[in-house]
Amino acid sequence: MHDANVNRAAPTFAPLTASAVLVNPVGLHARPSVKLTQCAKGFTAKIEIALAAEGPWTDAKSPVKVMRVKAPQGATLHFRVAGPDGEAALAAMLALVHDGFGEA
Amino acid sequence: MGEIHLTGHPASPGLAIGPVAVLTHAVASRAAKGDPAQEAAALKAAIEGAAVELADLIATVHGEAAEILEFQVAMLGDDALSEGAYEAIAGGAAADEAWRAALDVEIAGYRAADEEYFRARAADLVDIRDRVVAGLNGADAIAKISGDSVVTGDDISPSTFLAVDWTRGGAIALASGSPSSHVAMLARSRGAPMVVGLGPLPWNGQPPSLALVDGDAGTVIFDPQPETRRLFEHRMAAANAAQIAAEAGRFKPALTANGRRISVLLNVAAPEDVEGLDPAICDGVGLVRTEFLFEGSRGLPGEDAQYAVYRRILEWAAGRPVTIRTLDAGGDKPIPGVTVDGERNPFLGLRGIRLSLARPEVFRVQLRALCRAAVHGPLKVMLPMIAVPSELDRAKSMLDAEFAALTAEGIACARPPLGIMVEVPSAALCAEDFGAAFYSIGSNDLTQYTMAAARDVGDVADLNDAGHPAVLALIARTVEAGRKRGVEVSLCGDAAADTRLTKALLATGLTTLSVSPIAVARLKAAIAGMTA
Repeated sequence: MHDANVNRAAPTFAPLTASAVLVNPVGLHARPSVKLTQCAKGFTAKIEIALAAEGPWTDAKSPVKVMRVKAPQGATLHFRVAGPDGEAALAAMLALVHDGFGEA
Repeated sequence: MGEIHLTGHPASPGLAIGPVAVLTHAVASRAAKGDPAQEAAALKAAIEGAAVELADLIATVHGEAAEILEFQVAMLGDDALSEGAYEAIAGGAAADEAWRAALDVEIAGYRAADEEYFRARAADLVDIRDRVVAGLNGADAIAKISGDSVVTGDDISPSTFLAVDWTRGGAIALASGSPSSHVAMLARSRGAPMVVGLGPLPWNGQPPSLALVDGDAGTVIFDPQPETRRLFEHRMAAANAAQIAAEAGRFKPALTANGRRISVLLNVAAPEDVEGLDPAICDGVGLVRTEFLFEGSRGLPGEDAQYAVYRRILEWAAGRPVTIRTLDAGGDKPIPGVTVDGERNPFLGLRGIRLSLARPEVFRVQLRALCRAAVHGPLKVMLPMIAVPSELDRAKSMLDAEFAALTAEGIACARPPLGIMVEVPSAALCAEDFGAAFYSIGSNDLTQYTMAAARDVGDVADLNDAGHPAVLALIARTVEAGRKRGVEVSLCGDAAADTRLTKALLATGLTTLSVSPIAVARLKAAIAGMTA
């Protein structure tokens, strides 16, 4: 239903990828970056974000690095997730973006 | 010494007068530096100390202010911020120099950003940098500023702003700074007038003692002459009285002096326009522009992204009607990949509904998102730049087809009523011939197409008069067509907010006006004084 494109993982935690469009005003700015990294830190999986499907990839658990991405509103945010709780982590990340980080 | 007039950019509205408080950078020198291990330990302690200070400060503030500081805490707690500094310390640098250099690189990255919002975050990084440096030097991070002052300097940090009691009538006047900074947001929410971008402050040594700040015009006068000051105080008193009177009526329904009820709706250009606004000030949303979704060079917005935005506005309106206008690109609003470049006369070319019908693949996505959003509240959809009934009929068939397709797919949706903008004289003259669910008069375009004069062409701007009898006659004719067909007529152009025209507009029979949020209180006050 979303524009997500989830590749099913093998048991060895091959990376899952998906993407979503940033709908909240002014993009991945201060407050959304904090929310994103806080959410990412709740999972053991390695979680990375990028502005293009081919990277470069950024650690989604580092607010400093996430802010360096400077992702604007309307940008497509790509996720790459690998780990035992990867599917739950990816779902949580996509839900945050689709929900516009709870911003009006 | 004569008075000094400086002009910058308004960042937070209002007028203020007060003694000048100049922000200074206390440069305390640090005790002798130790070996790399000692320096690394000193930096670690200073970073941890800064985080504790910020946590204490967060406990004293709420909402937006707390979130801004939480952002600083999150950044400070991230090793990625300090790793460069620790590397330099290992190479023999002093802790304060290493930290400052590492943060300056980060700050330069923000200042180089394309988007104003990210550039404005540089002030937060400066704040973090200086708090840690102060900790290393054993100095107080924040100078004490009295809340009735006009705070003046190059820029002001969020921490400094939050340490001031702004209820005492102070204001901010900055040589640089940004209207998008966290401090500007805070100043707007706390009602502290603020002007940024004044340029280098023209004094050496002794600063001026008094300043007048006009946060509406973006001007500051230092050391005013007594007469200048007297006039400014007079303006402040008048503005305060008018604001108190208008604010009191903001939440009441708009009634004319003889009891006629006028619906006051909001114009919304982007979702953040209604952020923090109480929907009780209006009777609904008369115009949501959707161009903001398509701006920039980031490709067209998907159905889900559009749906999320439309739904959020409907939920904000809490049951009040919301009218969303389909994409009104072209004319003076080019959108890469959608509009046609190099049209000889874009205002008479492929714009508004003409463009949507010529780009059905783009239009269909918007119609689907609107049908899905319609289940979340009373949504109405209007089409811009309609000239002939067949345009409405074609759009109607497309809307019906998308509604049917969504229903067949089992996706929650509703078919919103479809109305038209009346902004081309042909639509006003023949309004009765359109099978529209409602009419919304776009007075800006209706005026320019009726008078054949653009308002941004100085030589003909005086012809661009929405109060001209020809324009008012077209409005009256549209109102009459709505009455005959039993459908609502509203007006959503700038004329609705021009209180000099309110009497004439109400005389045409209009009972619904749509204006930007900032104009609501003034319009309601103007309506209350009318016997129309």
